[in-house]
Amino acid sequence: MIKSKKQLSVSAIENGTVIDHIPADSLFDVIQILGLNKLDKMMTFGTNLESKKLGRKAIIKLSNVFFDEIDLNRIALVAPQAKLNIIRNYKVVEKRVVEIPDEIESIAKCVNPKCITNNENVKTRFYVVSKEKVALKCHYCEKITDKENLVIL
Amino acid sequence: MKNRSLVSIADYSKKEVLRILELAVEFEKNPYQQLLNNNVIATLFFEPSTRTRLSFESAISRLGGKIIGFSDSSSTSVQKGESLKDTIKTISNYCDLIVMRHPIEGSARYASEVASVPIVNAGDGANQHPTQTLLDMYSIKKTQNTLDNLNIFMVGDLKYGRTVHSLLIAMSYFNTTFNFISPKELKMPAVYKLHLDNLGLKYYEHTDFTEYISEADIVYMTRVQKERFSDPIEYEKVKNVYVLRKHMLEKTKKNMKILHPLPRVNEINEDVDENMKAYYFTQALNGVYTRQAILTSILGIK
Repeated sequence: MIKSKKQLSVSAIENGTVIDHIPADSLFDVIQILGLNKLDKMMTFGTNLESKKLGRKAIIKLSNVFFDEIDLNRIALVAPQAKLNIIRNYKVVEKRVVEIPDEIESIAKCVNPKCITNNENVKTRFYVVSKEKVALKCHYCEKITDKENLVIL
Repeated sequence: MKNRSLVSIADYSKKEVLRILELAVEFEKNPYQQLLNNNVIATLFFEPSTRTRLSFESAISRLGGKIIGFSDSSSTSVQKGESLKDTIKTISNYCDLIVMRHPIEGSARYASEVASVPIVNAGDGANQHPTQTLLDMYSIKKTQNTLDNLNIFMVGDLKYGRTVHSLLIAMSYFNTTFNFISPKELKMPAVYKLHLDNLGLKYYEHTDFTEYISEADIVYMTRVQKERFSDPIEYEKVKNVYVLRKHMLEKTKKNMKILHPLPRVNEINEDVDENMKAYYFTQALNGVYTRQAILTSILGIK
């Protein structure tokens, strides 16, 4: 009984993408990174859902929206365990996991207030020096931004 | 290296570093050569640094080059709100190479991406100052006849000192053993120790000068600045611990030399200056030759 209630909380989609296993507190970062606020497609967001893995998780269902791998990997910074289901005709046709890319552009803010990217109109650019712990080395000031100080632009 | 900017010491491979040091030897033998007669070099100092600017300008002048530029940004259009990008793009039109010093970190890397001529970074905030590193290495090689297998002591502010960080990275190509002497608050950051761990290089940490200084080939002194301490009492406690005095040199090795990026305040007692092991003023002179090597190499003349 409980299980069927859970299933009802987010309705199924015919075609599109489901992003599951997003940490609940990263939902709005994911929305921002993927630019979902600018899309006119049907979307369902669920958050603070129970999850054995994450404690509280969020889920996004997007009708008729599909992403390139490069775009999707951009969310790996804030949702490294995210799982993607590509849906066609109500069926999962592909499952994907995300991977933190080697370089990251224009997503995160450099932690260093004296960095050029925080002082002039310069796009941020980082080299990922640790994928496990999330450590980003600024291409410009060479300082490390870690997960604790990560701010999404 | 031709036409390539020098922003960070990591931009040069070991081979390229060695080539600059070899060229600097030539310039030391003959610092007055008409090699830059047909070149205009801009020295853009967005914040004042008299020593570095004069060293560059001396290097250029001795090679017959023309210099344009400014020694602080107060009289430039930066004051009118011009972006760094616009300043650099405009000045690129007037010269063959830009030497720049800027208080913002990463400014030189950014400038190298928008400029149509190569950039030489003469210091971007607390980030990089690669020509200082190269002149330090030239001084080490000249006094020790080698860069390999040396024992280098770094003393003072090892947390914020960009010169020691860059020197550590550059010398890690040469099987160096490091000894770090600093107050607890100003210890060498973990990221640099990790770098040495990854390369399997040995390092030791101390909070005061020890008897081990007798093993040093190079003692690299830096200034412990009061403003780095959150607690002024801590500064008072340590301010005299990191001062090098003449009597401390008695048991040191014959070949040992004392380096300092200058300006010095009180961290090397003046009674050390006359000692054969004091090398910091010659080190500053070496900066001219090293910069001549860097400029001519980037301009494709050498």
